[in-house]
This record gives sequence, C-alpha cells and structure tokens, in this order.
Amino acid sequence: MTTFLSQNVERLQAPEIDYGAVAPLLIVLGAACLSVLFEAFLPKVQRWAAQVVLTLLTLAAAGAGLVVYASGEGTPEQGKLTLAGTIAVDRPVIFLWGTLLLLGLGAVLLIADRSVEPGGAFVADASILPGQGSQVYKGSGSTMVQTRAHATRFGMQTEVFPLTLFALGGMMVFVAANDLLTMFIALEVLSLPLYLMCGLARRRRLLSQEAAVKYFLLGAFASAFFLYGVALLYGYAGSVKLADIANATTATDRSDTLLYAGFGLLVVGLLFKASVGPFHAWTPDVYQGSPTPVTAFMAACTKVAAFGGILRVLYGAFERSSWEWNGVLWGVAIASMVIGAVLGLTQTDVKRMIAYSSVAHAGFLLIGAISLNDQGLSGTMFYLMAYGFTTIAAFGIVSLVRNGDGEATHLSQWAGLAKRSPVVAGVFTFLLLALAGLPLTSGFVGKFVVFAAAVEAGMVPLVVIALVASAVAAFFYLRVIVLMYFSEPAPDGPTVSVPGAFTTVAITLGAAITLVLGVYPSFALDWAGAGTFIF
Amino acid sequence: MTPTYYLLLSALLFSLGAVGVLVRRNAIVVFMCVELMLNAVNLSLVTFARINGGLDGQVMAFFVMVVAAAEVVVGLTIIMAIFKTRRSASVDDSNLLKY
Repeated sequence: MTTFLSQNVERLQAPEIDYGAVAPLLIVLGAACLSVLFEAFLPKVQRWAAQVVLTLLTLAAAGAGLVVYASGEGTPEQGKLTLAGTIAVDRPVIFLWGTLLLLGLGAVLLIADRSVEPGGAFVADASILPGQGSQVYKGSGSTMVQTRAHATRFGMQTEVFPLTLFALGGMMVFVAANDLLTMFIALEVLSLPLYLMCGLARRRRLLSQEAAVKYFLLGAFASAFFLYGVALLYGYAGSVKLADIANATTATDRSDTLLYAGFGLLVVGLLFKASVGPFHAWTPDVYQGSPTPVTAFMAACTKVAAFGGILRVLYGAFERSSWEWNGVLWGVAIASMVIGAVLGLTQTDVKRMIAYSSVAHAGFLLIGAISLNDQGLSGTMFYLMAYGFTTIAAFGIVSLVRNGDGEATHLSQWAGLAKRSPVVAGVFTFLLLALAGLPLTSGFVGKFVVFAAAVEAGMVPLVVIALVASAVAAFFYLRVIVLMYFSEPAPDGPTVSVPGAFTTVAITLGAAITLVLGVYPSFALDWAGAGTFIF
Repeated sequence: MTPTYYLLLSALLFSLGAVGVLVRRNAIVVFMCVELMLNAVNLSLVTFARINGGLDGQVMAFFVMVVAAAEVVVGLTIIMAIFKTRRSASVDDSNLLKY
C-alpha cells in the first residue's frame, strides 16, 4: 500500500485551470466569502446597503465575465473541460449560468426589498422567537407581528445575502459538474443555505421555522440517497466521472444490479431537489412557510439547477442505458403532472397553489429531459428559463397583497382584487396565463418545444397525458383569475402595497421576459440550442 | 475476508438509517439516522475503493465527512431554533403547514 501511495504521489500534477471559463463561479463564491466578512466587521447600520451593493455588483460582474467568455475569440465552440475535468463549461452550461444569474438578480431584488414589509421580509435576528418579548411583539399564536418601530430600528438579518450568493454559487457548480462527487458537493452548497433561508421570515416565524425543519430533514434524507447512488455507481464503474460511467454501461461484464440501484438512488436525490412527482412532499409546505422572496429564489433557481443536473447526468452517463430506465421516468413524469394538476385544484392558499403548479411543471420538464435528443435539451432549458422568470414575478406579486398580519395568501382574500388594484391583478393574470401555457406567453412556447421534442422521441402517449394535465392545471389558474375579476372584494380584504424600486424592477423583469419569450422566442431558442453537452 | 461482506453491512446500515428516518419521531434522532446513512455510504466508498484498487473512494469518504459536518451545523441550528419555540423536537408537532 505504501509503495502504491508513493507512486501515485509522484504522478500527481496540479490540474489546469481555465480562469476565464470559471470566472463567473469564482466571482460569485468569492463575493460570498467577502459578504461573510462584511457581516463580521461592518456595523449593523451599514450592512444592508453594503450587502445589497456587493450582491448586485457580484451578479453584474459574473454576468459580464460570462458574456466576455462566451463571446471571446479563444473560446472553444463546443466548450471545454477544466479543473481536471470536474467542471465542464459548454454551451448549455453557459446558457444555464446566464439564466441562473438573471433569475438570481430578480430574487436578490425581492430579497433586498424593504418597502413592502417595513424593514424587509426577513427577521432582524434569526434567533428571535415567535412571541419573545411582549413589548416588541404583539399578536398571538403563530402569526406574531413585530412592531413597525422595532422593524425599522433593527432592519433585517443581512446574512441572507451571503447565503443567497453561496446557494447561487452551488447551483452554478451543480449544472456544470462533470463528475458525481463535484455534483454532490455542489448539491450541499446550494441546499444548506436554502435550509437556513427558509427559517428567516419576519412574520409567521413558527411556520417559517417549521418549513426549515421539514426542508432540512427531507433534503438531508434525499441527499443521503443521492450519495448512496454515487457510491454504488463508483462501485459499478470504478470512477464517478460521467464519461467513465457512460463507457462502463457499454461493457457487458459488470454487475447490472449496481448500475440500476445506483441510478435509481441517484435519480431519487435529483428528482427530490427538482420537486418532481412523488418526491414533491416537501414542496407545498416549504413554499408556503418560507419568506416569499426565498420561495421565489427556490422555485426559480433551484428548479433550473436541479434540471440542469438531471439533464447532464441523463445525457452524460446514462444515455446509452436509456432503454432500461426510460419506463420508470415515464411513470415519474406522469405521476408528477397528475399530482401537480389534481392537487393544485384543491388548494386554498396561493403560495401552495403555485407550489403544486411547480410540481406539474416539473413533470413537463422531465418529459423534455427524457426525450434525450437535441430538441429535448434546448427545449427543456428554454422551458426552465421561461418558467423561472414567470414564477419570480408571480411570487413578487404575492408579496404585495397584504393585510395587517402580513401577506394575505388565502385565495378567498384575493376576491375582487382587480377592483382594488387593476394593474397588479392584470400582471398576475398575465403570469397565470403564462403558467397555464396560453399563446403569446413564454409558457406556451416552452410547452410547445418540449412536447415537440417528446413527439420526435416517439413519446406520443406521454404528450397526450401532458396535454390533459395542462388543461386540468389551467382550470385552477383560471379560477384565480375569475376570483380576482368577477367577485366582490371583501370589506376587510387585503390592501395592495405600492412596491418600492427593487420589487418593481423584479416583477417587471419577470413579466417582460415572459412576454418577450412568448412573442419573440427565436433568439432564446437559438441560444439554448447553440450546442450540446461535452463530457 | 471478501469485501462483499462490508458492502452488505453498509447496505444494512443504510437501510437501518432510512427506516429510522421514517419511524423515529424526535428530530434529533431522525437527523442521527441521516448521519448513519451517510456513514454507511462512507463504508461502501472505502470498500469499493479497495475492490477497484484506487484511492478515489477513500478521498470521497473525506469529502462526505466534511459535508456531513457542515450539515450537522446547519441542521442542529434549525432544530434548536424550533425547539426553543415549541419546547419539543418531535417532528409530529410540526404540523401547521398542511393541505
């Protein structure tokens, strides 16, 4: 063993790093570390401004780095592997990074907003308990309300900014990870901050903490499955690199049991993160309990990251064994669409409704992912982009409709909203129509390209089921629209806050991109279809 | 001693952890069961490294340990926060979010 070790040490070479290619990653993760230092050394009054400036600058710098690399002269057309082959920067990754950074921008703007909720949507200190200090809090039960004076004096927990940046960095590594170990580390780097962010709501502390516990326990459970899958695949292929696993599946002398068990466990972990089908149990609870800006961040960015990872794993490692697993993922996609569409009908809370809608959308996305052709790849990525922006804007609107206890998320409170605020109701209607997939919205184009890819791959029955599911899902979106326009507002109904600059920009960005991708989708489709994965 | 036995032990430990997560009611114990699952994976990784004659699996086990440690920090924080509120760490009590 000792000779074995020493021989290996002599052969070890420091891996080549293409700093240009991984610059967006390094900027985001470096700024996250800097942001932690801000928390440690800046006085409390300066932190919010400093963190917002740093976070927005980081996103801009990372975006600029990405554009410079993607349009640079020396950039290989198909992309390249760097950091000893653990990170692949190819065309799909560049697309997904760009999408993640833009969606992250929208989410950060919602997170930073302090106009809708005095002091921001986040608690001043994560250790504040519901009901702690009766002079500071009033109210009872699980809906504790901090006084306005307290909120404006102590502001919000600014640690949410470094957590956001770490999560975003993890997501970016996740979609680019070319081996399963890197993917696991990225999965944890993106998940751990999200668990914490769920528990930081200023209002309804107990619901928020409950969401954090549920997300954490189920998330840790799912990542253990992912990891056992990695271990079994390592045993199967002798390596965790996606390309090596793909090569191993073509050989016949290996144990298929290890392959199938490993694949199954790995995919369970991934589908959990993407809140697909039968692995969605956490989604409605966590979406409802988390602070709405965090829900927006989770719903949009985690979905992009998780499906980016699923695409890469399916295309990179398991494309050649697709006959064996295709049937299972058919079943999962059907289950996801049916669960999302049917349970969405019964919801009375708008955040839970969007959560079930995200489960149904995850089913549609999975159809694109298992098509395993070029249209499926570009279609799924386009769908991710379209869905992400729509959902960020939708949660932005949800955060505006408020009553004395904070956000009024119960659907009955949304009755007659169009009479109180025609603009907000109009934008929300547009976003719901995009989620339902009506023409002239990005949702229609997204569904169209994904279903076209599935038909190309010979999955006509699946597409038929998907069309039925989207028709069922359209019903609950339309129900909200009817409620907003054709019901009388309750006398003690919620008011619609006038959003500050940050929330306005985030909602406008989301709604505008939803419209642009619906009316003129070809540039984004070209961008999404510019190339395929390299391994 | 064939390494297969270690794989079986690892599968057994993993299953015990998974069952524990499903049946235990205390959040701390649930979390310990998740840790048991991660350690079962470590045993698998090291065994496979031995079978394959490489060191990758052993290195991965270290990565898993570091991640597990980070997860403990985050997990105990969250569980402690809700324990302070509810004076209970039972996962059955966290039932406000439903339907």
